[in-house]
Amino acid sequence: MAERELKKKQATERTDEAVEDVPATSATGEKLKAELDDLLDEIDEVLEDNAEEFVRNYVQKGGE
Amino acid sequence: MAIPKVCGIETEYGIQVVGGDPNPIAASSVLINAYARDVARQQTGWDFEDEAPGNDARGFAREGSMPPMVETHLVNTVLTNGSRYYVDHAHPEFSSPECRDALEAVRFDRAGEQIVIRSMEAADLAVHDGSHLVVYKNNSDGKGNSYGCHENYLMDRDTPFSRVVQGITPHFVTRQLFCGSGKVGSETSVHEPGAVDYQLSQRAEFFEEQVGLETTLKRPIVNTRDEPHADSRRYRRLHVIVGDANLAEVSTFLKVGTTALVLAMIEDDVTGSRNLSLADPVRAIHAVAVDRTFGQLLQMADGSTATALAIQWELYSLARKYSDDRGLECLGAEHVGTAVLDRWEQVLNGLETDPMTLARQVDWVAKLQLLEAYRDRHGLGWDDPRLAAVDLQYHDLRPSRSLFARLDTERLVDQASVDAAVTDPPRDTRAWFRGECLKRWPGSVATANWDSLVFDLGSDPLRRVPMMDPLKGTAEHVEALLDSCSTPAELVDRLSG
Repeated sequence: MAERELKKKQATERTDEAVEDVPATSATGEKLKAELDDLLDEIDEVLEDNAEEFVRNYVQKGGE
Repeated sequence: MAIPKVCGIETEYGIQVVGGDPNPIAASSVLINAYARDVARQQTGWDFEDEAPGNDARGFAREGSMPPMVETHLVNTVLTNGSRYYVDHAHPEFSSPECRDALEAVRFDRAGEQIVIRSMEAADLAVHDGSHLVVYKNNSDGKGNSYGCHENYLMDRDTPFSRVVQGITPHFVTRQLFCGSGKVGSETSVHEPGAVDYQLSQRAEFFEEQVGLETTLKRPIVNTRDEPHADSRRYRRLHVIVGDANLAEVSTFLKVGTTALVLAMIEDDVTGSRNLSLADPVRAIHAVAVDRTFGQLLQMADGSTATALAIQWELYSLARKYSDDRGLECLGAEHVGTAVLDRWEQVLNGLETDPMTLARQVDWVAKLQLLEAYRDRHGLGWDDPRLAAVDLQYHDLRPSRSLFARLDTERLVDQASVDAAVTDPPRDTRAWFRGECLKRWPGSVATANWDSLVFDLGSDPLRRVPMMDPLKGTAEHVEALLDSCSTPAELVDRLSG
C-alpha cells in the first residue's frame, strides 16, 4: 500500500510541474485544438455520406 | 518459476461488401484467396490433425455446452511469417505466430492489419464487377452480433486451472480501463435502450458467465478451451476471448503485457494481502464498461467494495513487487517487462488524474475525444447516427477511410519492422521454423499447423515433423541447420536421424 501512495504522490508531482509551466501548456492546448479542428475537417470529408444508411447496412454474423 | 509467456493474438475482422454479393463467407474467401494467390503466392494449407476445440481445461465438458465446429472446407492458409490466415465462420481471421513478448505481439498484430490492407487491394483488382471489400477491425455490428479478438498465453500445466480462474478474473473484468476499444451506445439486453451514451468496451456487454467452454453464446469471462497445441503434459494454452480488438498500440501492448504478467504471478502463486475476487464478475464487467467516472464501487466476494481502478492499482503494485523480487524474465526481453510495468503505472496515473490525457495511448479515449469534438462541432446528441458512423469508421482499415489512421497515436513499433513481420516470422519461437521452411521450400510443405509441419518430398510418404515445444525451432536453434541443408529431404533426414 505504501507503494500505491508513492505512485500517487508521483502523479501529483507531475501535475504540479505541468501547472508551473502554464504558457507552454496552453500553447500545446491551442496546438492540439488546431490539429483536432483540421482532423474534424478531414473527417467531414471522408465520413460516409449517408451515416444512417451506412450504419444500418453494417450487419455481421456472430463469430468465434 | 513462471514459464515464458509465449503469446499470440487471433483477430476476427468484420467484413462488408459494397456493391456486390453480400455473402460474408464468400467475401472472406475472396479476400484471403486474393492475398494468398496474388500477394504472398503461397498456397500451403492448414492441417487439422491437432484441432480439438471441445476439450475443456477443467477436465470435463458441461452438459449442454456447445464447442465450436471445426470447418475444414474454407480457405485456410499458412503464411511465411508463421501466421494462419483463414475464413472462420463468416469472418476473415488472422492468427498471429507465437510471439515471445508483448512487443512482438504488437508488431505481428500490426502486420496482420497490413496483410488485410494488402488483401483488400488485391481483392479489388481480382473482382471485375465494381464491388469493393471493406474490412473493419472491431468486435460488433452495433446490432447485437459480436466477433472476437482472442489472445493466447502459454502456461504451466501444473498450475491448477481453478487458481487461474480465480486469479485472472479480476484482471479480465477491469483491464478494459486501458484496453477497451470504446463503443457508442449499447446493443444487448444488459442495458436499457438509450441508457448508455458510450462505453469503454466493445465486448464487455456480451459476457454472460464467469467460466465456460462456449465462445459464441453465453460467452464466459474465462474460456476453458484446452488446446495446448504443444506437449499437453507440460503446457496449457490459456485461450482468452474477453478482449477487444485494439488499434492503439499501447492498448494492445498493455492488454497482452499485463495479462502475461498477472498469469506469471498466478503460476508462481503470488497473492497480495487483499483478496481481489469479485462477488459477481459478470455484473461487474458490465458495470465497469459504462462507468466513465471510475467511481463505481464493485462488490467483492469478501463483502468489501472496490473500484475497478483500485483493483488495477492492487494488481499493478503486486506486479511491481513481483518484478523486484523475482525479475520478469518470463515476459521476454528485459526492456519489455520493464516497459509493461512503467506503461501500466502511467495509464493508471492518467486514468486517475485525467483520462483524456491518454488519447494518444488508449483506444476508448482516442475514440471518445474524436466523438466529443465531432459532437461539439455539429451540436449532436449521442443518438445521432453520425456518431455511430464515426465509431464504425474509426475501425475501417482502408487507409483512405480509416479515422484511427488520422489520429496521432503513439507507436511502439516502427513501420519497417511491421513490414518485415508481414513476411518474416519471429526469431525466438517455433514460428521461425514454420515460417522459414515455408519460405525456403514452399512446394514441399504440404500442410502446417501450430505444432507440426508435413513435408511432401515426392516419392516417399508424407513426413510429419512435430514441433511440440513452442520455445524450440527458434532461429538460434535451427538457423544453422536450415542453412546447411540444400533440400527439404536433407532437412527431414537430419531431423529424424
